[in-house]
Amino acid sequence: MTKHIELTVDSDGIATLLMATADSEVNVLSEAFSIEITACFDRVINDDAIRGAVLASNKSTFIAGGDLDLLQSLDFDAGLPYAYEALGVVTRKLRELETCGKPVIAAIAGSALGGGFEIALACHMRICQNNSALRIGLPEVTLGLLPGGGGTQRLPRLVGLKAGLDYMLSGKLVGVDRALKDGLINEVTDSDVLTLAKSRIRDGQCPIQQPWDERPTSVQSPWAPQGTQHFLIGNALTRAKTKGNTLAEDAILSCVYEGMLVPLEQGTEIELRYFVKILRSRTTLNQIRSVFDLPHRVKRFTAEKSRQAKQEIKKIGVLGAGLMGAGIASVCARSGLSVVMLDKDGDAVQRGLDRIESRLRRDEEKGRLNEGKATLILANIQATSDFTVLQECDFIIEAVFENKDVKARVTQSVEQANQGRAILGSNTSTIPITQLAEAAQYKDKFIGVHFFSPVERMDLVEVIMGKHTSEDTLNATLKFIKAINKLPIVVNDSRGFYTSRTYSTFPSEGLFMLREGVHPNLIENAAIQAGMPVGPLTIADEVGIDIGAHVIKQFQKEDGDAFNFTQAHEVSLAMYDEGRFGRKVGKGFFDYREDGSKELWPELAKRYPVADTQPDFEELKERFLTIQAIEAIRCLEENVVTTADAADVGALLGWSYPKYTGGPMSYVDTVGVEEFLIRCENFERLYGDRYAPPGLLVSKAKASSTFCQWLKPQ
Amino acid sequence: MTDAYIFDHVRTPRGKGKPSGALHSTTSIALAKQVLNALAMRNQLNTSLVDDVVMGNVSPIGEQGANIARIAALAAGFDQQVAGVQVNRFCASGLEACNMGAAQLMSGQSQLVVAGGVESMSRVPMGSDGGAWAIDPAVASALNFVPQGIGADVIASLFGYSREDVDRYAVESHVRASNAWQQSYFAKSVIPVTDLNGVPVLTQDELIRNPCRLADLSSLAPAFAEQGRLGGFDELARHKYPILREINHVHHAGNSSGIADGAAAVLMGSLAAGQQAGLTPRARIRGFAVVGSEPTIMLTGPSFAAEKALKNAGMVVGDIDRWELNEAFASVVLRFMDVLSIDHSIINVNGGAIAMGHPLGATGAMILGTVLDELERKDLSTGLATLCVGAGMGIATIIERV
Repeated sequence: MTKHIELTVDSDGIATLLMATADSEVNVLSEAFSIEITACFDRVINDDAIRGAVLASNKSTFIAGGDLDLLQSLDFDAGLPYAYEALGVVTRKLRELETCGKPVIAAIAGSALGGGFEIALACHMRICQNNSALRIGLPEVTLGLLPGGGGTQRLPRLVGLKAGLDYMLSGKLVGVDRALKDGLINEVTDSDVLTLAKSRIRDGQCPIQQPWDERPTSVQSPWAPQGTQHFLIGNALTRAKTKGNTLAEDAILSCVYEGMLVPLEQGTEIELRYFVKILRSRTTLNQIRSVFDLPHRVKRFTAEKSRQAKQEIKKIGVLGAGLMGAGIASVCARSGLSVVMLDKDGDAVQRGLDRIESRLRRDEEKGRLNEGKATLILANIQATSDFTVLQECDFIIEAVFENKDVKARVTQSVEQANQGRAILGSNTSTIPITQLAEAAQYKDKFIGVHFFSPVERMDLVEVIMGKHTSEDTLNATLKFIKAINKLPIVVNDSRGFYTSRTYSTFPSEGLFMLREGVHPNLIENAAIQAGMPVGPLTIADEVGIDIGAHVIKQFQKEDGDAFNFTQAHEVSLAMYDEGRFGRKVGKGFFDYREDGSKELWPELAKRYPVADTQPDFEELKERFLTIQAIEAIRCLEENVVTTADAADVGALLGWSYPKYTGGPMSYVDTVGVEEFLIRCENFERLYGDRYAPPGLLVSKAKASSTFCQWLKPQ
Repeated sequence: MTDAYIFDHVRTPRGKGKPSGALHSTTSIALAKQVLNALAMRNQLNTSLVDDVVMGNVSPIGEQGANIARIAALAAGFDQQVAGVQVNRFCASGLEACNMGAAQLMSGQSQLVVAGGVESMSRVPMGSDGGAWAIDPAVASALNFVPQGIGADVIASLFGYSREDVDRYAVESHVRASNAWQQSYFAKSVIPVTDLNGVPVLTQDELIRNPCRLADLSSLAPAFAEQGRLGGFDELARHKYPILREINHVHHAGNSSGIADGAAAVLMGSLAAGQQAGLTPRARIRGFAVVGSEPTIMLTGPSFAAEKALKNAGMVVGDIDRWELNEAFASVVLRFMDVLSIDHSIINVNGGAIAMGHPLGATGAMILGTVLDELERKDLSTGLATLCVGAGMGIATIIERV
């Protein structure tokens, strides 16, 4: 059996509980770990030879947090009282420990997050090693969870309602200085933290009681005048943010509100009730999928593929110093890769460099980069207009003007300079890779690498396999993407690939609604309340209605009679014909004022009269999420994306499809595949054949199967 | 069913509900006591005939706590047989007290009651009694709680009342209230508040602006804009009313009801009990109603309550000669007039709470008295008093002169 904790007692009677899970890089609050640590706490409490204890870790982190697989696979069939009992074991033991009359110190040498920090909170002191990488916090909310190990009870008792709620509702992680200032920890040391902790106990400098037990009146009541303000505003701001789509935030507020009005033991029981409630919710599982499981799976897949790559990835070439090119170059340089950035003339190159530098300096000022780092990063970039420097590059990305002929010329110049040594990746968002590869001599080394804007912030890269792209090229590309800390999805060539194609159904659905006579405010608000970051009319204005119109015209030209010209296209072209190109010209679906505010274009109601009867708001929300999910299913069916996971990752990271759904495929599973099919059939009847259920959906429904893999049967 | 009659009513002048207000040095129990005493005195009432004192109060804690109605009755020297109960239906508490009193009479279980209300907002600030609604996350979030003022702004936004519309309405309230005082329309019902030696502390409503011009109001900053935008409440209002892109914040201190101190009491009874006590009936309660309405917008209840009360009374809108709708916010009245097609010339004819203030627990009883006095002055027959109520409710009471 794996050993997790080494308990030793020194000659002074001070016990050291060294958390040292064997054969693992981290300590995780697994079931076995919990059982063992509970037994160790028992020993500390009951062994008269022990007069105090220090909790420490031999890993780079204190405790990495809870076991998410365990939480996801919890079986509540045995009954909820049983779940309360089982989930509360460690929490109750911690309460015994903190009231046993012996001093206990958490000696924190590495990050203490989530459940790890909760255990530290039950200690009488928290001493941290002065380590700039060390992070403290309760990030559970970002996973749709709440701190379920007494954190919602101890943190506000320790630091007050305002700070406590702020930490738990934001999930923010802080360094030791901030943690000390905010009262999360008691002390920071440059010397060995374990040694110091022991001496604090030996010298009687550690209290044996928690502040809330010593002075129960120190606990801030929600009904104190300031307390009511925190909840009045906290409730509203939280709801305004979550739009009621997620549960954890409300649950945290409730745990604190209800918990501060009762003794701590009852508070932790209340916390447990809320914890079980949200663990039972599908929304929570979806959030874990979005934020933890999927990125993890992508990283694992990428690492595996990278290992198979033969190509070295040391020197990167970037063609085009515009917004995307400069962004890509900057990201590569940040990851320590050597980059050459090219553009057609010195001026263009300089503009790109300036853009990179100003962004880096800003990050430095805001503390997102360590002092002096910007200069080091800039030193990794060589900017030039001379193609011959590409000779030594291992991976070359073109991010030039989105035009097939321009890209063809660039491809030929690159190959001339590099002679097929490097992989050539095209950062196109619209032109099929196989078509672009026609200009290439080394077609097997040609691949699509679709970055998203702003490159510095967007984690996703959509990797597009052309008809001739080789497996080696793919592996090398994934190695490159791993090197720059991005997350890839691999898709097959298709118009708009996966992300643009699927996302485009969203603004388009807004235009359909407008055409149906739905009030524009309802359209925008439905999208936002469904969890999309911006409404469809707003995004159309932001992207540019002219851009959309050009794409439509291009498709019309390419497809001729086969092109399916829809009412949404009609709206786009009508706006285009009136010169309402969107925000950049100050007029689109909205009129944009000088002061930055905007209002609906008053004429819009004349072009698209608002119907007397407005549709059900919930249905509008459903339509936005549904139409995207249907397109994702079609992409899966057509093998454009090859897995449901990839489809979800692309949607979550590419265009912020709401996390609480777990992605469009997970959304279908959440609604229920059969239910979703019925919905599609209904919408098809009401709103047109774009809702026609894809064959894959029908067959999944028939087989009562799901799109995604779940740890628990659905 | 027994008919319930109104024999008399009195109210205090309304003081500014702040520490600088004239009534701030007068306790709430003193306010309540003085209206009870005045009512008993001028009707030479044998208080042992009174079954119950029902008084509205919205923040029943501190000096207003522990059933202020019973304590006020005892303090006023009412016979110990007279029971007392404090009721809270938020802003409608004063009228609710009257309706509950009427219900006791109509059911035949009481013969004579005193109903009314009291609130010293300067001494026990609004919200002092807490409550789960806005604070307990388990309900605030699920119920989409937004403060009342935001609800009033949502009404204006939804139904297109501009800042000028609401300001114009507010000016008219001040002008009408000034005129009513000048013409002594309130004289027979307003009693001076005195100190313990009988020296008057306040004899007239303290909040009325005279003169009041549109320009005076248009310079005032919106009161709920910051709270709405920074506090997340606009967003919550939009969750409920997604047809809105923005909330137009038109309300401010000048077109909303004033925070005030005051008390009122109404003497009610059956015809037989009145005769026994030597009282002359002035009006009969024709019907009353309460109703729940959408709680986020919160303030659209009055039209529904009025319709329900009219139905209970077998009447229609056109049967009502004079209307009193508590001026919680200007948009509430504008909306009410639009919904029921009521001309401004027959509603709130002597001004309202925008000009004179809204001592929460008392106002309902005050406006019931106001409409009765006005019917008598103009020799009209029927009146309806109504208020919007927190958490989305409405109340209405119809009276008919006899």
